[in-house]
Amino acid sequence: MFDWISQWGRSGLDAISVIGRSGIFLFRSLLGRPATGFFGLLIKQLYSVGVLSLLIIIVSGLFIGMVLGLQGYNILVDYGSEQAIGQMVALTLVRELGPVVTALLFAGRAGSALTAEIGLMKATEQLSSMEMIGVDPLRRVVAPRLVAGFISMPLLAMIFSVVGVWGGLLVGVDWLGVYDGSFWANMQQSVDFREDVLNGIIKSCVFGFVCTWIAVFQGYDSAPTSEGISIATTKTVVYSSLAVLGLDFILTAVMFGNL
Amino acid sequence: MLESSENYIQITGMTFARGDRLIFDNVTINIPKGKVTAIMGPSGTGKTTLLRLIGGQLKPDSGEILVAGQNIAKLSRQELFVARERMGMLFQSGALFSDLSVYENVAFPLRVHTSLPEDMIRDIVLMKLNAVGLRGARHLMPSELSGGMTRRVALARSIVLDPELMMYDEPFAGQDPIAMGMLVKLIRSLNTSLGITSVLVSHDVGESMSISDYVVLIADGRVIGQGTPKALLEQSSPLVTQFLNGLPDGPVPFHFPAEDLASDMLQGGTRV
Repeated sequence: MFDWISQWGRSGLDAISVIGRSGIFLFRSLLGRPATGFFGLLIKQLYSVGVLSLLIIIVSGLFIGMVLGLQGYNILVDYGSEQAIGQMVALTLVRELGPVVTALLFAGRAGSALTAEIGLMKATEQLSSMEMIGVDPLRRVVAPRLVAGFISMPLLAMIFSVVGVWGGLLVGVDWLGVYDGSFWANMQQSVDFREDVLNGIIKSCVFGFVCTWIAVFQGYDSAPTSEGISIATTKTVVYSSLAVLGLDFILTAVMFGNL
Repeated sequence: MLESSENYIQITGMTFARGDRLIFDNVTINIPKGKVTAIMGPSGTGKTTLLRLIGGQLKPDSGEILVAGQNIAKLSRQELFVARERMGMLFQSGALFSDLSVYENVAFPLRVHTSLPEDMIRDIVLMKLNAVGLRGARHLMPSELSGGMTRRVALARSIVLDPELMMYDEPFAGQDPIAMGMLVKLIRSLNTSLGITSVLVSHDVGESMSISDYVVLIADGRVIGQGTPKALLEQSSPLVTQFLNGLPDGPVPFHFPAEDLASDMLQGGTRV
């Protein structure tokens, strides 16, 4: 009984200490003078975190938009409102699916790669040798990856939504024969820039921040063994997914729940 | 920066533990300036840990470590990074940056700490690579190098800023006899021509004794002997003679602490 209680207590203390460490890690990485050649390092990371995630984002966005178009048409046609398909596809993507699905895909593609890369750099003493050369790995290795993640995620979410709307157009207008004038007109009338687009961008910024933070911290904090890196990579995907879904509910409640 | 003392590193009453395991117990070591000092001892006695303590990557539980007159454990994170610019460390694994070529690895410290023009960086990098015999391998990536070559590139990288203190962690492991002879010569000449203080961690009794001016023997969390190689060889301490002669029986245990073998074997069952 006491063992059980002390184990719970230890787990609680460990969790609090991880939260504290991750906070200090974030401040040390981002505050102060950036590393020499930061801009070049950032461009390199924007390529590997952002540009290399484009394919999975575009393909997923297209299919999700097409499915939304098909399902939406099947439901709306019963009420003779299939012209509203553009409005439905756009609002669903911009408000919810764009930021959320992009964040989940980002955690799986870029987040896991960031964790494994930093974890392996730690295991092979590359971070230690950087410290001994007098270079702070938090500024040199971690900071460019963090910033690249913050910048990439909102852009990827926007691309996802745009491609998704195109997918909905392909199915609704080109395949199922909805009049394209009403497809676009309904969308223009119902999608509000501040209410929908801006809130979607804010959501994706928050998700980008959280997913990248979790990914780089898990890599930096991983045990320097093959098993340690494997556990850290799994944690990145699981924690990021749960954080995104949980935060999505909170943000939606604040933005659209009239709280 | 240096005080009147002739010691570049002064470790006084230092204690360090990992969990429940005491690695150093009230250890006092002085490393003279401008000399080659070899730290020797059985595996698992914390020789690499000692280098990490000197480099400030680990903090002692008690006692102090003065490097060039600065208490390393008391420095702020930023001050520590500045202090490390005067140190070079050769890691056991080499620890080259896997995304940079051999040339870029050696040029890395110059690029981040100096604003030298590119042609001068090229000259310095090629000179350092030439010193370790790998000028021709400058276009290779670390994944294309053998273990011994990796450490030689890492050595070139660690001396590229001409540090005041060089720490070598097992520099001779995995080297062929030709490379070993060259490394011994290089470590010695760095010391004599540039006046670098060198700390060498090695198992290789013969090579270490031949190039070092001063030897510190560590076992069981304590310093079991220190002095010049000649003085150590003349010592009659059983601890020192056991290690220097590689004898399995003696006061330094070969086995990691465990219960008696007979009772362990007779326990039976599958419990590990």
